[in-house]
Amino acid sequence: MTAMRLASSIGRRSVDLVGLAGRSVIFLAESLSCGWLPPLRLKRIGDQIAFIGAKSVPIILLTGLFTGMVLGLQVYHNLGKFGSSGLLGSVVALSIIRELGPVLSALMVAGRAGSSITAEIGIMRITEQMSALEMMAVNPVKYVITPKLYASLVAMPILTVFFNLAGILGGYVVGVWWLGVDGHAFFSETARSVALSDIMGGLLKSVVFGLAVSWACCLIGYTAVPTTEGVTRATTRAVVVSSVAVLVLDYLLTSLLL
Amino acid sequence: MIRVENLTKSFNGLAATDGLTCCFERNRISVILGGSGSGKSTLLKLLSGLEKPDSGKVFFDDQELTAMSRKELYAARKKMGMLFQGSALFNYLNVFENIAFPLREHTRLAEPVVKTVVKMKLELVGLRGIEGLMPSQLSGGMAKRIGLARAIAMDPKVVFYDEPTSGLDPISAGVISKLILDFNRALGVTSIVVSHDIHSSLKIADRVFILFHGKLVAEGTPQEIMQSGDPRVVQFISGEPEGPIPFSRTDKDYFEDIMIP
Repeated sequence: MTAMRLASSIGRRSVDLVGLAGRSVIFLAESLSCGWLPPLRLKRIGDQIAFIGAKSVPIILLTGLFTGMVLGLQVYHNLGKFGSSGLLGSVVALSIIRELGPVLSALMVAGRAGSSITAEIGIMRITEQMSALEMMAVNPVKYVITPKLYASLVAMPILTVFFNLAGILGGYVVGVWWLGVDGHAFFSETARSVALSDIMGGLLKSVVFGLAVSWACCLIGYTAVPTTEGVTRATTRAVVVSSVAVLVLDYLLTSLLL
Repeated sequence: MIRVENLTKSFNGLAATDGLTCCFERNRISVILGGSGSGKSTLLKLLSGLEKPDSGKVFFDDQELTAMSRKELYAARKKMGMLFQGSALFNYLNVFENIAFPLREHTRLAEPVVKTVVKMKLELVGLRGIEGLMPSQLSGGMAKRIGLARAIAMDPKVVFYDEPTSGLDPISAGVISKLILDFNRALGVTSIVVSHDIHSSLKIADRVFILFHGKLVAEGTPQEIMQSGDPRVVQFISGEPEGPIPFSRTDKDYFEDIMIP
């Protein structure tokens, strides 16, 4: 009897999961495709780039700087054991450009912009603003969701570049100014070891993460239970789901890119 | 103007509308009355196409709303306006931009013309001069009036009102009732009002529909409704807690229910 119940609950869960996956993909496909029909709503996309992108720049620079600084310290103390602290620049730059830049930028955006995307969409549903758009013959998905998705596709790689620059600067500050690594060696080592494919791979990751974060946050906000409690839960869930998605996708993409 | 045939819609097995058939006439104020949970808000969503029925049909201007593509539905929506219960103003836009929103979306009017039209709509609701305020700075009654100005911005043929007077003080409620009446009499707007506020709505109604558990229990002019002998109507109008519409939501015997087996 318990076995039967277990089997049926596993079955129901699986069917639910497949249904959810299907609905999520349809949601993404619909929201992305309707962006290509007029009106293009470039102003809405611009506003969202400003919100998701430009307003995240300070926090991205700050986290980038400290990540680079801590990497500089760790690498110096560990490479120093092998007497090869000259490699500091290239190790810091490579770890940031390949991994930490895209991943940490995406996590920061998930926390800062993602949560507010979910909350905004959820509140628009509670207060019937979504229905109001619908009643005014404006497609709410196209007006609210689509610009956020495209904006994050644009904003995330740019933010990642900012993170990378701040990170390398942080490594430079710690390594060269405080720990006495040769400044010329820092940059020549970095330039020698970082290939274009590293940069492109990192940017590709950031585009994928940008889409994943905004997709998850928009979908969770759009399907939130339209109550105060529902939106609160959805906001928490959006940050958790999008952060986990970023880390899982990072593993998958790294194993493909290497 | 709007006709529904055998309309059924249920949520989680509970019928919100149950085989409803009725007709809302052109240029009239039709008031749909019913208690909470009687299915009247759902009916409004079905009439405007915000929800799709499980079965049955809705006709808007003799076109079947329930069979329309998204494009056709949006074309029909340009002839509709809706005043939402919570006003549903866009909270990131100020009063002016809220009312200008449908104009900017659907017309190519020059900015000075948009400005004039917005001022005219604000004058209609008696709130000219607050264009720059944000929705969060408005009182409930003012927000309703701005919502109303936005609903009629495109000069719709039909306006749906979802609980227009609920949660308002008597004077604000009176203002909204007067505006509904004005728009109907002066602009010929077909009005469909969902409400549980009997006194406000009987004053403005041309025709009253009383809903109970998703079914139409009475229909007529306000006089006919007031003089109705139907015990369900009498109970609703006098607000008796007990009657044919039971106080308790369950049919199960109380004694049996609390007995320890």
